[in-house]
Amino acid sequence: MGTERQVLLKYLLFSVAVLVMPVVFAGGYLLNVLVFVGINTMLALALNLLLGYAGQISLGQAAFFGLGAYISGVATATYGMNPWTALVLAACIVGLIAFAIGFPILKLKGHYLAMATLGFGIIIYIFFNETIDLTGGPSGLSGIPYFSVGEFQFDSDTKNYYLIWGFALLMILFSVNLVNSRIGRALRAINDSEVAARVMGVNARLLKVQVFALSAVFSSIAGSLYAHTMTFISPASFGFNFSVELLTMVVIGGLGTVYGSFLGAALLTLLPEFLRTLQDYDIVFYGLLLVLMTMYLPGGLVRIPALLLPYLAKFKAGRQENA
Amino acid sequence: MSDQLLQYLLSGLSTGAIYALIGIGFAIIYNSTGIINFAQGEFFMLGGMLTYYFLSVAKFPLLAAMVLAILLTTAIGVLFERLAIRPLRNASPLILVIITIGGSILIRGIAMLIWGKDTHSLPMFTGNEPLMIGGATLLPQHLWIFGITLFIIIINRFFFYHTVSGKAMRACSHNRRAASLVGIDVKRMVLIAFAISSAMGSVAGIITAPLTMTSYDVGIMLGLKGFCAAIIGGMSSGIGTVFGGLILGVLEAFGAGLISSGYKDAIAFIILLLILFVRPQGLFKKADTERV
Repeated sequence: MGTERQVLLKYLLFSVAVLVMPVVFAGGYLLNVLVFVGINTMLALALNLLLGYAGQISLGQAAFFGLGAYISGVATATYGMNPWTALVLAACIVGLIAFAIGFPILKLKGHYLAMATLGFGIIIYIFFNETIDLTGGPSGLSGIPYFSVGEFQFDSDTKNYYLIWGFALLMILFSVNLVNSRIGRALRAINDSEVAARVMGVNARLLKVQVFALSAVFSSIAGSLYAHTMTFISPASFGFNFSVELLTMVVIGGLGTVYGSFLGAALLTLLPEFLRTLQDYDIVFYGLLLVLMTMYLPGGLVRIPALLLPYLAKFKAGRQENA
Repeated sequence: MSDQLLQYLLSGLSTGAIYALIGIGFAIIYNSTGIINFAQGEFFMLGGMLTYYFLSVAKFPLLAAMVLAILLTTAIGVLFERLAIRPLRNASPLILVIITIGGSILIRGIAMLIWGKDTHSLPMFTGNEPLMIGGATLLPQHLWIFGITLFIIIINRFFFYHTVSGKAMRACSHNRRAASLVGIDVKRMVLIAFAISSAMGSVAGIITAPLTMTSYDVGIMLGLKGFCAAIIGGMSSGIGTVFGGLILGVLEAFGAGLISSGYKDAIAFIILLLILFVRPQGLFKKADTERV
């Protein structure tokens, strides 16, 4: 965890790195990919709060992402609402839905929780496909407006980059604060032993539902941002496979680490871009990564420096002996 | 109208029988290990795809192709247990969920690499002259599905109640530690559980493929439906799950016929959620097992 100053310093360094990116990759294609890294970071972070900290799995995250995108999309494209209002509206609705289903769903544990959230995700996915009058069905919904402030429109990669990473950085700041607070400790206590946490006076049931709702709200905001930067959405982006992809990001990056969410999201978003030949086979690759990482590197990518440290120390000690 | 309803009922029962077979596979593994094997649907897919491969590409006769497919799927099931499940025996349920999801993606992905994304069909086992039953039509393949499912359920029952291995597996499902204390080799029982349930999954895949075609991704939906069946049946590896499958199949068929076919899959999952919320111990069991 580190001291407060270290936490702050880490955050500032990360923010600066994020903010100078567009200068480095000005106008390039990569900037467009980095916009997606931002969206996926928010989604992975949302899942990580739930899975990595509170220890509650969700295989239905894509549904919250999709609900955010569709509520935003329909409200603006069909009913002419302002995109900012739509974003807030979507976040509120999705938060309420998550809060309502959270109580019965989070009563379940382990495998059953996984199946229930998966079932929820598939039901929502089917509704995206079938309510054609509202969502446009499988062929998608187009004509979603860009965000704008007065005359200024977020209609280029660079503008959207700053918009999306602005939100992502806010969410990261919020999460860093959350996990280092009393609530964060309570969540980790639930993860270790729910019974013990209850005994210590943690209202585990309510807290789990609150984190579930928070994770849904984050996902919904990411969904709205996605809808208004893409201006086109279709159900295919919000299916079961995407929920699994998010899970892979969190596991690869590192369960229970805020920056691990970013690492996982960045790796899984960038890799297919660099390995174009992987395009069709990415699913095999995800499967293999999931299995191997769970078996051999359960702490995720963020653990690598800590794992290398003993070797480094040995190496240094060896050199000193030689000298 | 009543003819139509009879038709829904019959086709519902035949899909329900398939759900039951897959559901029993879930239950057998769950009862011996406490794991929900998310890769269960992939065994179903492998059954159909491997039969297609041995029949159409390697040019074996149908029966030989089916036997080979079942054997190979069983071997893959056993391999999956040895390579991914056994090394993580003491892991948390969360890790096991993730690893079986990873395994299922991997199996599906490899199938896609080998056989591509096309759908393939198998020939009907015996002709495709439809039979008329009181105004509803039934294909001979449907009879095969009913017959083979019934046969497997009977064998299953015999195995679990009248053989030493079967009884030992039941002992494991009640209490693994107690079972190992009386000298039951729990590891071997887990291996057998994976073998049986992958074999059953592949049989389900084979008998369905002539009716619905098969492709690398048929396992996801069918696996989930099988899980619904097992949940309705209270995770029993016997008659409860059979009824669970049949109820699910019939409800789906009526839902698709009377409401809308687009929402067919949603019906199964709404039932799943309702059961998990209201009666997580299944429809037929008293609340004696801790599942929540």
